[in-house]
Amino acid sequence: MATEVKQLDRVIIRFAGDSGDGMQLTGDRFTQESAAFGNDLVTLPNFPAEIRAPQGTLPGVSSFQVHFADHDILTAGDAPDVLVAMNPAALRANLPDLPRGATVIVDTHDFTTRNLAKAGYDANPLDSLDEPGSPLAEFAVHTVDLTGMTVGAVKEFGLSRKDASRAKNMFALGLLSWMYGRPTEHTEKFLHRRFSRVPDIRDANITAFKAGWAFGETTETFAVRYEVKPAPMAAGTYRNITGNLALAYGLVAAGVRSGLPVFLGSYPITPASDVLHELSKHKAFGVTTFQAEDEIAGIGAAIGASFSGALGVTTTSGPGVALKSESIGLAVMTELPLLVIDVQRGGPSTGLPTKTEQADLMQAMYGRNGEAPVPIVAPRSPADCFDAAIEAARIAVTYRTPVMLLSDGYLANGSEPWRIPEVDDLPVVDPGFATATNHVSTGKDGAETADFWPYLRDEATLARPWAVPGTAGLEHRIGGLEKGEGHGDISYDPANHERMVRTRQAKVDAVADSLPPLEVDDPSGQAKVLVIGWGSTYGPIGAGVRRVRRSGHHAAQVHLRHLNPFPHDLGEILGRYERVLVPEMNLGQLSTLLRARYLVDARGYHQVNGLPLKAAALAQAIGELVAEAEGVPLHELDLTAATSQEVHQ
Amino acid sequence: MSTTADLPSPTLRTGTDGVPAVDPDAPAQTGKEFTSDQEVRWCPGCGDYAVLKAVQSFLPDLGLRRENIVFVSGIGCSSRFPYYLDTYGMHSIHGRAPAIATGIATTREDLSVWVVTGDGDALSIGGNHLVHALRRNVNMTILLFNNRIYGLTKGQYSPTSEAGKVTKSTPMGSVDHPFNPVSLALGAEATFVARTIDSDRKHLTQVLAAAAAHRGTSLVEIYQNCPIFNDGAFDAIKDRDTKADAIIPLEQGQPIRFGAPAEDGGGSRGLARDAGTGGVRVVDVAEVGLDALLVHDATRDDPTTAFAISRLTDAGYLRQSPIGIFRQVERPTYDDQARAQLSTARDAAPGDQADRLAALIGGGDTWTVV
Repeated sequence: MATEVKQLDRVIIRFAGDSGDGMQLTGDRFTQESAAFGNDLVTLPNFPAEIRAPQGTLPGVSSFQVHFADHDILTAGDAPDVLVAMNPAALRANLPDLPRGATVIVDTHDFTTRNLAKAGYDANPLDSLDEPGSPLAEFAVHTVDLTGMTVGAVKEFGLSRKDASRAKNMFALGLLSWMYGRPTEHTEKFLHRRFSRVPDIRDANITAFKAGWAFGETTETFAVRYEVKPAPMAAGTYRNITGNLALAYGLVAAGVRSGLPVFLGSYPITPASDVLHELSKHKAFGVTTFQAEDEIAGIGAAIGASFSGALGVTTTSGPGVALKSESIGLAVMTELPLLVIDVQRGGPSTGLPTKTEQADLMQAMYGRNGEAPVPIVAPRSPADCFDAAIEAARIAVTYRTPVMLLSDGYLANGSEPWRIPEVDDLPVVDPGFATATNHVSTGKDGAETADFWPYLRDEATLARPWAVPGTAGLEHRIGGLEKGEGHGDISYDPANHERMVRTRQAKVDAVADSLPPLEVDDPSGQAKVLVIGWGSTYGPIGAGVRRVRRSGHHAAQVHLRHLNPFPHDLGEILGRYERVLVPEMNLGQLSTLLRARYLVDARGYHQVNGLPLKAAALAQAIGELVAEAEGVPLHELDLTAATSQEVHQ
Repeated sequence: MSTTADLPSPTLRTGTDGVPAVDPDAPAQTGKEFTSDQEVRWCPGCGDYAVLKAVQSFLPDLGLRRENIVFVSGIGCSSRFPYYLDTYGMHSIHGRAPAIATGIATTREDLSVWVVTGDGDALSIGGNHLVHALRRNVNMTILLFNNRIYGLTKGQYSPTSEAGKVTKSTPMGSVDHPFNPVSLALGAEATFVARTIDSDRKHLTQVLAAAAAHRGTSLVEIYQNCPIFNDGAFDAIKDRDTKADAIIPLEQGQPIRFGAPAEDGGGSRGLARDAGTGGVRVVDVAEVGLDALLVHDATRDDPTTAFAISRLTDAGYLRQSPIGIFRQVERPTYDDQARAQLSTARDAAPGDQADRLAALIGGGDTWTVV
């Protein structure tokens, strides 16, 4: 039979199953296939904090959403066009997110009385598909015994039923790969590598994958295949990359481009641990990873390493930053380069370890005793974590200061295509170690001696000299007590303290002198509404703004990479617009800072549900402000234009 | 599947190997060169002065370049120590000095790293970092000034104060059971554990020399008198009349004897194994005979005997305490092994760093858009 092929501009697929079903791997492989095919894409993994929550239950559902397109896209998509549900719980947990008409592919194998009950179904919803009032009535449902077919396909390898059924995720991947015309050779290679030590498992997975493809091709269940053409992208070599991997690579690159050995002191914490794992593989670059006894020891060792002339780094999430606060203050006081990387998660306290949030901005900004200013850098997308890490290192080394880098769970685990940069194009960071005395002291007898003053500053940057142990003649002592200006000896003098507090602030403020002007995205130049954000909300805000523009109206977008200090031109830009909207995954932290600093009526848009902002809801919020500013009724703005479109040629 | 990596096992070396030495032809260094221009600000009569003096005059004997010595401290009276030495130094935050020193020692093989801490700094707020530094065996020497009181905060009981101690924060007496720092260090499997006394400069200097020569974490507990808030805490071991009975001297290879001299000139009391408990007890030498005495061997790998000896320290007011080196064994250090992994990895990946970086970021599944 001839399968019809339809061209689509974009598709959002969500793979959902039990946390032991391998959904993250399945989604990741589909993503890699799509990346290799040349689509633009954005992913959203979503998994429980428990390693294995009780099997078959709603809390145990793990999912992976991938949005791929023939054009430039910004988010993982609000609502899936296709749901692959491996059990009743996965179906029930994800149905509310589906738009009418969505495709649902269900593995019927686990729809047993027991598993239905665990998911809270009184009756099997698959039995009543055609009846009125069926919860699945609005969807195009395909019921397939994926597990049963997988077990049948891999029979020849003599695996236990349990082991055989575990390859069902590869069967599902094979089926979806057929349906969307994905290239398969990378996944086959991957399976060879991954299971090279267990040949029967390897062969079973490859066989299941191929069987899934063949099932799509031979069965009459699926009458349509879809095609999403490659997206036009700038010339270059690309790879798909997650935020945590990009961040780790950025740190390695910062070491190479500064000539400094990288020292990571870290304590495992979700969702930051992958940075520790990755960096521990790169010893050949002179990267030392120290898994400390606690968060405080992690940063303490990093400070010791910085004092010794390394690029000290500590990686953590919000609870860890709280523990490190006193040590960050020490680095502020001793004016040592240090990177503090906070991969934010839902808080407060232990909060939502595997979910995203950006509620640590105030902690980064003010979460220390005393006046302890720290520059803050935030990447805006997974790939941008690479550049943000190098930028944070540039500031830390140039200004001899701890720098906070605020990533988050969405950036950490989400991925997108990354155009791999040329190493020679990366910024160079100059440690500029002190090698000679910098001051002449006159003794009581009038005799002059050359000595070293550890707090004698560079006039432009206000940075102090970085003299590392082993440098003869520059022996000096630093510490947490207040320093006398210049000589750095302990000083309790009131005027000196006032001067030093203001100097440390002025030094951080001076970072703004090194920042490029902000990019204002206001194509028509007629926007009255400015939407401003920071961190991982870049994609959803951009998608929301696009919808408003598609409706024929105007909105401008600015996204902040530097949260402290703010770029010099920010105040002037804010002043140009009648309305300012600040969408954040918190209750209004950036908006509070903007209001305080610029006396601007910045309005907040807040969501703290552990998930990325949704473009549709954002478009609505932006639209309301646009309607207000442009004096048009809101209903005249068509903000939908969300579902995927068939491309006619 | 995890496998146990085949760790390169560095040759055991002394504590200062890898640290540049002074030019043998240059004039000998003096204690004055190691003295900074800062005014020392401890209370009159503080035991810290004696330790500072001893350290300043001992450091030149190490024969190391001054710029390659780093002192790190936490918070407390003793933690002002680095300011008074003209070496590199950091007066850090409360309890964290061992963590900071771990970063220094791991990053730089060419530095001689010292930590100065107190009973509150090391055993209360920083207890976690102390035990983990000891277990890892990072090459550093930790001087733990134990005055059994909080001095800088003006006289609260510390984790080594005796139970029942009446202080500002314990008007009815402390109900905390104290730590014995030597027992704690041995429990953490420290490779070098010693105890000495601020006022015994000769013994202090000898212990410092042995500690510096040890590769790994050396913990030296220094009994130190606080004349303001805990004066006389160590009188029994300092008083001419009582010290022979109070100090149990530990000398390598010698039977452990103390107390009033017996006929042979050695102490009339000694330590012997207790067959009943498996521990060590104080015996009358005349009663049990010389052969029954325990011969001190700090190099024994099994810490059991060292621990048993450490238990003879009074937990209450100090009337008896073993003094000397309890344990001195060799074990590969954390920092040597960490650096060895780096050089193994470097050797396996020759070539220009920039090229290797390009290969790293350009790895994985890639595609090219033209």
